[in-house]
Amino acid sequence: MGKYVLQRIFYMALTLFIVISLTFFLMQLIPGSPFSTAAKLSDSQLAIMNAKYGLDQPLPVQYAMYMGNVLQGDLGVSFQFSNTPVTELIAGRIGPSLSLGLQAMIFGTIFGILLGIIAALRQNTWLDYGSTFVAVLGKSIPSFVFAAMLQYIIGVQLGWLPVAFWRGFEYSILPTIALSIFPISIAARFMRTEMIDVLGSDYITLAKAKGASGYEIAFKHAMRNALIPVVTVLGPLTVSLITGSLVVERVFAIPGLGEQFVTSINVLDYSVIMGTTILFASLFIFTVFVVDILYSIIDPRIRLSGGNN
Amino acid sequence: MRKFSFLLVLTLVASIFLAACYGGDNGSDDAGSDDAGSDDAGSETAGQELRVMESSAIPVMDTIMASDTVSFTTMNNVMEGLYRINADQQEVPALAEGEPEVSEDGKVYTFKIREDAVWSNGDPVTANDFVYAWQRALDPDSGSSYGPYLMEGKIAGASEVFNDGADPSTLGAKAIDEKTLEVTLVKPISYFNSLMAFPTFFPQNQAFVEEQGEDYATSADTILYNGPFVLENWDGSTDGEWVYAKNEDYWDADNVALDKITFNEVKDSQTAVNAYESGEADITTKLSSELVPQYEGDENMVSWLEPTVFWIKMNQTNEALQNENIRRALAMAIDKQSLTDNIFNNGSIPANYAVPKEFVQHPETGADFREANGDMLTYNVEEAQKFWQQGLEELGVDSLELRYLGGDSEAAKTSDEFIKDQLETNLEGLTITLESVPFSVRLERDTALDYDLQMAGWGPDYLDPISFSDLWITDGGNNNMAYSSEEYDRLLKEAETTYANDPVKRWETLQEAERVLLEEDAAIVPIYQRQSNILVNENVNDFTYHFVGPEYSFYPISMGE
Repeated sequence: MGKYVLQRIFYMALTLFIVISLTFFLMQLIPGSPFSTAAKLSDSQLAIMNAKYGLDQPLPVQYAMYMGNVLQGDLGVSFQFSNTPVTELIAGRIGPSLSLGLQAMIFGTIFGILLGIIAALRQNTWLDYGSTFVAVLGKSIPSFVFAAMLQYIIGVQLGWLPVAFWRGFEYSILPTIALSIFPISIAARFMRTEMIDVLGSDYITLAKAKGASGYEIAFKHAMRNALIPVVTVLGPLTVSLITGSLVVERVFAIPGLGEQFVTSINVLDYSVIMGTTILFASLFIFTVFVVDILYSIIDPRIRLSGGNN
Repeated sequence: MRKFSFLLVLTLVASIFLAACYGGDNGSDDAGSDDAGSDDAGSETAGQELRVMESSAIPVMDTIMASDTVSFTTMNNVMEGLYRINADQQEVPALAEGEPEVSEDGKVYTFKIREDAVWSNGDPVTANDFVYAWQRALDPDSGSSYGPYLMEGKIAGASEVFNDGADPSTLGAKAIDEKTLEVTLVKPISYFNSLMAFPTFFPQNQAFVEEQGEDYATSADTILYNGPFVLENWDGSTDGEWVYAKNEDYWDADNVALDKITFNEVKDSQTAVNAYESGEADITTKLSSELVPQYEGDENMVSWLEPTVFWIKMNQTNEALQNENIRRALAMAIDKQSLTDNIFNNGSIPANYAVPKEFVQHPETGADFREANGDMLTYNVEEAQKFWQQGLEELGVDSLELRYLGGDSEAAKTSDEFIKDQLETNLEGLTITLESVPFSVRLERDTALDYDLQMAGWGPDYLDPISFSDLWITDGGNNNMAYSSEEYDRLLKEAETTYANDPVKRWETLQEAERVLLEEDAAIVPIYQRQSNILVNENVNDFTYHFVGPEYSFYPISMGE
């Protein structure tokens, strides 16, 4: 196990290094100037600005400088926010994205797993069809439509919950529901298929023969095994919920990372693009790692060891 | 049950973590969050409290570093310069005690600063505060872009200080004594006072700025205020919600009604409308085109023509576009009325001019700039076709292919498609290739003259026709289409030198220049002038917008039936 973890950490660092390098060079291929005022500046003024931010250096030199800074934990400063350090920009915006993503994840998986279990236990009844319908709906309605509908019906028409902004828990309810429809549908589909599979296996028949109650069979014996494929998708799904809440953040006017990231790409705010990419990539790589470790805990049949196997 | 307890623990851990997240967000505005969620949030506005939605967070609060509307607007409300633009778009003395003394040649301005003007730490506002801020704006190490942009070619010594590393003290801005500022200009500038209302020229308290160092203007506590309001709550450029409080030490505080203004960043126009409709905010962001027709005739919709004009630039390094008949044909072949009525449908109007309507007025008669020149290059298919045939003959070809550089937003693509269709239908033998690119790319290709036709726009930074006329002089920084007319250059030079101290003559010269640009040379294809539309709750009195730099002033506003 220890050897395995060390090996994984090495590969994680390597992956991150490749991601940073690729992003750095790909970003330089985007034409355009990072200065929003470029149209108003004379050539000599632009030259002075470029020199100030080191953009007049050859690309390999810029790359070496950037990598050196990253190793020291310095992600540079933003152009669009007049020299604000990138770490501050990310720190200031990650809170809402993080809590929204995790809330949607928790609500979505619990609700989705329950939905899947119910569907499996009551196969081919209206409960099953109903939960399948919800799952298909969640997968096929684009989140901006669903978010806008929730906002209009529950916020504007019924007035039950705040329409927008980010000032406390009740402000997060609608966005959480809007964002969780996707994990609900994923978890419900996986759970249903797996449960049906597991419920047909021999050890369940044995448990039944020994007189275990239906409740006990479903939750004690079947669910644990059926969870494994769900856990597989949970890791990457969590990351995509945290990083991909752009649309929901926009509709509910939540000051999160999503909008900032997209804007930074549009205005070529190099250091913000790089910083956010590093953060997202690290989150992703780390969750995949955690999921692999979780396997061995949930399923004793899986044993982790070094590369010899 | 083990699995359930696992999930339970996970949920508990997560909720503790989440609570911490909200805590971080709310810690500083606990007063607001307690009651904001309750149902009677709407009735809170009974006091002098306003809730506004802005299109972005505040990127910058260091006056010399700002280059965007939201920053300029905030500075205009929590700080102040020598002048201020009032509700009638006229510049009025603010920190300046009355009008400045101007030398005979119009090059030296002597401002007296109000005795009762103070910073929020109690320090008086002094002449040195201006000198310090302006020198800082021209220090290449500051990285200010508006500093050199607005000062070079205007303030004596600015160019030398920024480009050649001349000693900052050689800048033409001197503190004669504590309350007297003397500014020396490169040439007489008739709109200089209105320029003093622009945040880049605001003062900064040297001792405070130096004491704060890197932290200066990074949060509400690290800024000094001298305007009608102060920032009560702002955590820096990532903060999506910020609050103004009335500045009781402001010299004109008696005339400021509002006690508190809450701002929220809202990126989506529909969200802004929903929040407005449900009573969660009083003023929306600018409405996107598709929302405007819904509110047509609604008395809460406030609309105004922005002095922002969009036109098609024709790159004269292309041989075909050097031909005046071809240019004139292109300019007259687009049905702009149909474009603004059917495509935009938001109150924007067709532009048959280069200097916008309702922007600047005659120095003596007060007549709009447009009145003397009227419409030029208006839509006329038959005329356009005649010029087109003539042009093709002169070039010795029977068809032309032109690349058209446009923006990459949905709205831009739709209108560019419309223009392409108009041109290809009306001018036989013309093929247009649309190239939709992001803004930064368009700028780069503009500089490199890598286009044939380009949809571009210009919003001015000061209230003077020269902010538009200046664009088209030979080799001008924004010309970038190889347009060069001796006549145009001569007129501009005359306006800037010979008639620099004769406002009426200067005015007429600039009108003549516009006529040369369009009527004689058909150098650009003017397309439309943009209209802004926002929703303002009927309880908001004296809502005030501006044309250049800062967008709104909140000091005249009061709440009430």
